[in-house]
Amino acid sequence: MSGPLLAVREARKRFPVRGTRRWVHAVDGVNFTIEAGECLGLVGESGCGKSTLVRLVARLLEPTAGQILLDGQEIGSVPVTEFARGPLRAAIQMVFQDPADSLNPRFTAFDTIADPLARLGGVKDRRTQAERVAAVADLVRLPDELLGRLPHQLSGGQQQRVGIARAIALSPKLLILDEPTSALDVSVQAVILHLLVELRERLGMTYLFVSHDLNLVRLISDRVLVMYSGVIVESGPAGEVFTHPYHPYTRALISAIPVADPGGRRERIRLIGEPQSPVDPRPTVCRFYGRCPERFDRCLREMPALRAMGTSHEVACHRYEGGSR
Amino acid sequence: MTGEAGALLVVEDLSIEFRTREGIVRALERASFTVGQAETVGVVGESGSGKTITAHAVMGVLHPAGRVTGGSVRFRGADLLALGEEERRGYCGREMAIAFQNARAALNPIRPVGRQIEDVLLRHTDLGRSAARDRALELFARVQIPDPPRLHGAYPFELSGGMCQRVMIALAVAGSPALLIADEPATGLDVATQCAVLELIEELAHENRMAMLLISHDLGLVGERADRVVVMHAGHVVEIAPSAELFAAPRHPYTARLLATTPHPDSRLADLRPIPGSVPDLREALPPCRYRYRCERAAPECDEPPLPRVEITPGHFVACRRPL
Ligand SMILES: Nc1ncnc2c1ncn2[C@@H]1O[C@H](COP(=O)(O)OP(=O)(O)OP(=O)(O)O)[C@@H](O)[C@H]1O
Ligand SMILES: Nc1ncnc2c1ncn2[C@@H]1O[C@H](COP(=O)(O)OP(=O)(O)OP(=O)(O)O)[C@@H](O)[C@H]1O
Ligand SMILES: [Mg+2]
Ligand SMILES: [Mg+2]
Repeated sequence: MSGPLLAVREARKRFPVRGTRRWVHAVDGVNFTIEAGECLGLVGESGCGKSTLVRLVARLLEPTAGQILLDGQEIGSVPVTEFARGPLRAAIQMVFQDPADSLNPRFTAFDTIADPLARLGGVKDRRTQAERVAAVADLVRLPDELLGRLPHQLSGGQQQRVGIARAIALSPKLLILDEPTSALDVSVQAVILHLLVELRERLGMTYLFVSHDLNLVRLISDRVLVMYSGVIVESGPAGEVFTHPYHPYTRALISAIPVADPGGRRERIRLIGEPQSPVDPRPTVCRFYGRCPERFDRCLREMPALRAMGTSHEVACHRYEGGSR
Repeated sequence: MTGEAGALLVVEDLSIEFRTREGIVRALERASFTVGQAETVGVVGESGSGKTITAHAVMGVLHPAGRVTGGSVRFRGADLLALGEEERRGYCGREMAIAFQNARAALNPIRPVGRQIEDVLLRHTDLGRSAARDRALELFARVQIPDPPRLHGAYPFELSGGMCQRVMIALAVAGSPALLIADEPATGLDVATQCAVLELIEELAHENRMAMLLISHDLGLVGERADRVVVMHAGHVVEIAPSAELFAAPRHPYTARLLATTPHPDSRLADLRPIPGSVPDLREALPPCRYRYRCERAAPECDEPPLPRVEITPGHFVACRRPL
């Protein structure tokens, strides 16, 4: 099959604001694709809509509008509950941002990992299950003796590894990782990164990788999407976005990557102004206007669209009209 | 490991065990460290090394399956472990507060987050209702939450992961505690938001002479913010040193490994080597040094009990017979 593994078209998600008639525009018209075997990184500030977007893609949340195509097949309109029972559930799996919150408190680590194997993978035989569970637990360095434990009996990083093991147990086509390493120490983090690379080489797995740790995103991703307040403001090959960022937000983000000196103070970059509220934003104003050091009057009149900068790099900023700086 | 007189918090020889169906887990063994007035002490170590349970024991919120089997926790000289439940609770909020690691799970799921902050303010300060509301909104703004009024009425499930984390921190600092325990306060926040949150904590620390126990996987962050660092491995405190010294010249082989594994902006995937071996099974009989079977410097003398605690230079303690 040619064409991308995943295509997201004009995806939107709005949430009502309690006690008002206003709406949070958490995801506001997002387009992107992921090729089979590719790792796409998704970065952006806390609250910008990353988890909402990936939950739409994982079919855990109903989109307000837009299309989600897996292997060319529209899945965005399949109701979430139906999708959960359908044959494609095994093809898209997700590692959740809050490990404690996403594990069933009454399931042992073993049950959690065995559950998708039994329910979606047709592995019913207890012995085969035990072998498969032990094998994935080993891949994520979850010690055997922890498999009989309930979530509250595990440390934060141990819970996170249970979540990763559950998601890779079925070798999904598309693995979505929402902050998969935030509770992991540097050693286990290294194990997980190497594991992702290996699974991709061996099984051709495809990743959508959300992380605040830009060093990790740079190491693991082929391409990167930069999100700001519900919209994609820049996308391109990881190497290029990290070395030649265009959008003022991306530039600020990247200049804030801590320097390689753990004893020293980090360089602080602080954007001016207030972060903009995602509640009923004005449709004609650039989302970054309030904090942009390079804004001008046009940014107030017209929301910039993504424009190509060279072959595969795109940016949504009026400063880069006509493909140049 | 340090007997500093006049310290705010003194944890001495603290041991914790958990009862499980598969046996007793000796999760913490004779851990000792101190936190001085207005001092920030970092705690680092691999996942499962005992950072969170130590914090929970200090706060008196250890899970009921856990038992303190030895040692003491003294706060301003008072032995907290000897106190009754009622007296113990008197310390929480105003004297010491904790920002839990799993923020979303730790917040009350059926109360708007603004109300949760107001509850703390009403209990621990002299503020009235409307002043408490104003203060709650101000705290939200200070942790960089856009549109504080919306957040005030929102339930935890309506917030992003990082927003929950920031609410948790606002909640912990609301009562202006003398000691703040922050368990992974900033992992999962983007760098800019992380800085804002840590600066808020530092400002409050400065205003109120607040001390902090800062637990984090992020060695860069700890190195930058903490005065001293406690390194833990498999339930043992293995090294304590002033931050600059620890990062420049770690003496415990485990600390050195941990530092070498931290990714830098120019590191490559191949450079990130996990620490060899695995964390030992804490239910089994273990050698005096729990790092022994992972350690490249291990020698027969490492099997001699007890685990040493050497003050290798003033204020720099290491639990190793063959330090670097
Ligand atoms: N169920 C919900 N009801 C109302 N608002 C919601 C809901 N879920 C998310 N939101 C809002 O949508 C916005 C985006 O949230 P999201 O969790 O997608 O952010 P994020 O980019 O993942 O942030 P973080 O990095 O902190 O995890 C936030 O303003 C949040 O408050
Ligand atoms: N209720 C429990 N029953 C049995 N073992 C437990 C229980 N709670 C914690 N443990 C074990 O105690 C050890 C220390 O856990 P703790 O949560 O303190 O680790 P941590 O250092 O905070 O790790 P992380 O960085 O992953 O959060 C772990 O091995 C954990 O599995
Ligand atoms: Mg999120
Ligand atoms: Mg912990």
